[in-house]
Amino acid sequence: MRRLLLGMIITMFGIELNARAATLPVAATDVAASWDSLYWFLIWLSLVFFVGIVVAMIVFAVKYRKDVNKKPKYIHGHTGLEVVWTVIPTILVLIIFAWGWAVYRDMIHPPADAMEVHVIGKQWSWQFSYSNGNTSVRDLYVPLNKPVKLIMSSEDVIHSMFIPNFRVKQDVVPGMYSHVWFESKVPGIHQIFCTEYCGTDHSAMLGRVIVLTAEQWKEWWSGKKIDVDSLPSDPSFPGYRANFLGEGLPADAAQAQGLSLAEKGKKLYETRTCSACHSTDGSAKVGPTFKGLYGSDVKLIDGTTVKADDNYIHESIVMPAAKVVDGFGPVSAMPMGLVTSEDEINQLVEFIKSLK
Amino acid sequence: MSNTAAAGHTLAHGDNYINHTPGIKSWLGTLDHKRIGMMYLYTILCFFLLGGIFALMIRWQLFSPDSHFVDHDKYNRLFTYHGAIMVFMVIIPLIPAAIGNFVLPMMLGAKDVAFPRWNLASYYVYLTGALFAASTLFLKGVDTGWTFYTPLSIRTQSSATWVLIGAFIMGFSSILTGLNFIVTIHKLRAPGLTWDRLPLFVWALYATSIIQVLATPVLAITLFLLILERTIGIGIFDPKLGGDPVLFQHFFWFYSHPAVYIMVLPGMGVISEIIPVFSRKPMFGYKAIAGATFGIALVSFVVWGHHLFVSGQSEFANFVFSLITMFVAVPTGVKVFSWLGTMYKGSIRFNVPMLYVFSFLFVFTIGGLTGVFLATVSVDVHLTDTYFVIAHFHYVMVGGTIFAFLGGLNYWFPKFSGKMYNETAGKIACLLVSLGFNVTFFPQFILGTLGMPRRYANYLPQFTTLNMVSTVGSWMIAAGLLLTAFYLWRALKNGKPAGDNPWGALTLEWQTPSPPPMENFLYDPVVTDGPYEYRGEKIKLGMYA
Repeated sequence: MRRLLLGMIITMFGIELNARAATLPVAATDVAASWDSLYWFLIWLSLVFFVGIVVAMIVFAVKYRKDVNKKPKYIHGHTGLEVVWTVIPTILVLIIFAWGWAVYRDMIHPPADAMEVHVIGKQWSWQFSYSNGNTSVRDLYVPLNKPVKLIMSSEDVIHSMFIPNFRVKQDVVPGMYSHVWFESKVPGIHQIFCTEYCGTDHSAMLGRVIVLTAEQWKEWWSGKKIDVDSLPSDPSFPGYRANFLGEGLPADAAQAQGLSLAEKGKKLYETRTCSACHSTDGSAKVGPTFKGLYGSDVKLIDGTTVKADDNYIHESIVMPAAKVVDGFGPVSAMPMGLVTSEDEINQLVEFIKSLK
Repeated sequence: MSNTAAAGHTLAHGDNYINHTPGIKSWLGTLDHKRIGMMYLYTILCFFLLGGIFALMIRWQLFSPDSHFVDHDKYNRLFTYHGAIMVFMVIIPLIPAAIGNFVLPMMLGAKDVAFPRWNLASYYVYLTGALFAASTLFLKGVDTGWTFYTPLSIRTQSSATWVLIGAFIMGFSSILTGLNFIVTIHKLRAPGLTWDRLPLFVWALYATSIIQVLATPVLAITLFLLILERTIGIGIFDPKLGGDPVLFQHFFWFYSHPAVYIMVLPGMGVISEIIPVFSRKPMFGYKAIAGATFGIALVSFVVWGHHLFVSGQSEFANFVFSLITMFVAVPTGVKVFSWLGTMYKGSIRFNVPMLYVFSFLFVFTIGGLTGVFLATVSVDVHLTDTYFVIAHFHYVMVGGTIFAFLGGLNYWFPKFSGKMYNETAGKIACLLVSLGFNVTFFPQFILGTLGMPRRYANYLPQFTTLNMVSTVGSWMIAAGLLLTAFYLWRALKNGKPAGDNPWGALTLEWQTPSPPPMENFLYDPVVTDGPYEYRGEKIKLGMYA
């Protein structure tokens, strides 16, 4: 009996290992690995319930069929049993919830030292901007074994960044920043899908994460081109290399530029007349200063206080009247539409961030 | 009343709701709940056919990864129409407005619903809204997805406004029916029909009606705001005007999540009717099932946020919505276990309605368990907006509602028509639909875990095999449904007389001739017992079961 049980357990693990490969993408991050453990716990638990219910159904149907059991038992219920099948599932779902929440916290809170990359979703492509001024389209370049945080916004409608191998997904919403982070342990290519329906070519809005070793990363960061075709293909989609489907869409266009994101933002600050009203030295002009703004607590004219994070700065550029700083009211003097492209907003945000 | 006596009356009178007044006009202007129920049934089945054709076209496009059967814009219209038609025009009204309209007053021992004119009005309101929405097929179509997410639905050049107006109008039909049922259940119960003797289908319709009355106005407001946003740009949802696109999702799911239970609770009610009849046993835990129905209805109002786990909603909101959603599993489990408990030591008959119950239990269990996956916030992150979600809600909506509907249709068909269908054909059709369903949708769970996103006109070649299997399954479902249409049509033409109570059921609708006379009962019924008290000679009552 014991040997039989042991055999069964070993077989089950064998089945699970095979089933993992057949039904899940490769787990390329630690978060993905802990996601998988929870997922397989749920699968086994569900199997227990499913098999139990279906077997009971079949056994009852056969054992108590009309021809065999002519006299049904006249019963209306069983309080003890009903309590049991209410209480046990309640406990189980609470355990599932707690485990799910624990994994979720790791999934959404990046380490403080995560490298930041700006992502813009637009119909129907992805654009990536790196702090040193490098940009790329459809292909996101990141270093191996280093945490990366994506700061994402949309130029038009809602998109969603989905990287199956990392088990992460986050909607990219116009008018606000959203975030996703990962730390890939597997070099090479990882598929990106857009998973929020975004119009005509939604299914062609694909991309790839290109995970580079330390050496390759150094080269790419300094502006050299990387031969992506020589990298390992996506382990979940063996042999598949294309980063988009469909015709007439731009291929990868990675390029390095001289200016960093913050420097580009500084240029905008000067040329778009921001500097007329906002100082960078702490002095108040028509508008509040940018120095030390990022991360500070800002008091508004309605008496509330908000944290000056990415979303606050984004909103203040696009909708200056939404939140007016105390002492600069009653209405905002800043016109709308000075800077409208997400790309330029990102540059200004990075510039303001740099003014500690 | 005994079976033979009722049969005698049918022969003696020969006058029933079908032949009482002749001519199409007498149908179109009828106030009889049975005729209105049948008009709903036929209309909804027409839309079911239309939505089904779109489904087959979707599956045909997805048979190969880079199919050019339709281009992207057309594909986006296909899935939008499939979803919108199946949700708003088929599954929401299907069981309450078609079967419920016919059966509910009879189960209560009433002559009609409380407000027969409202009832007829609700049908025409539904028809108007449905035709409004369907008319866009001849305009520029709609490509927003049935969920109308902003700002895509604001920017689209398609005829979205007309569909929004159509859905807005159909909402009033839903409210009218809901209110009508609530009043009917409260006021028109036969003497002796106390609350604890109500059939569980009535309880289910009661809970459904409450959700319809409370939640549908929110949808109306949401759609109205979106129409205004599209036409005059009020800046509520449009980020370009300072609006919040995610707010639309909150509003939309505040209705559409309870709507999921508008769709599935009546199906559970049908299952609760069929099981005791074909097990010849009282319902196991009657009060628990009635209570669970209301438990689900109540919880359904506070779980909408689980559709927004990756939408940019706050971490705190995700915590709360994940936690509350978990509790949906508990009353749902109670129902499944109680149904099994009813079969335990029963005397089980394998008629077509009962076969659909077996299919329902198999499929709905999978649908329910995969729901727990999606309620778990971190697990949902990977699975949401992939084919896993598609598979999950088809297991619930089709496996739950459509299977229960088919079971109910086969169960009450002899009452509707007075005729019996070919049971062998019914069993083959049930097998085809059930097998086909699993062949179609089970592979989609795996496609989803592998990462295939929903609403993709083309896909990576790695997903091809599973998609091919899924498409083949869709043909099996189609074959099963066509066979069903065929054998029911033949039964209508020249089926054998079914007798008044072919299954030997105890609920009131069976204690009157088939098809029922104009005001349902030859005598005013008096209720002296619960709806499922099978004992003594009541165990062997039916001609066919």
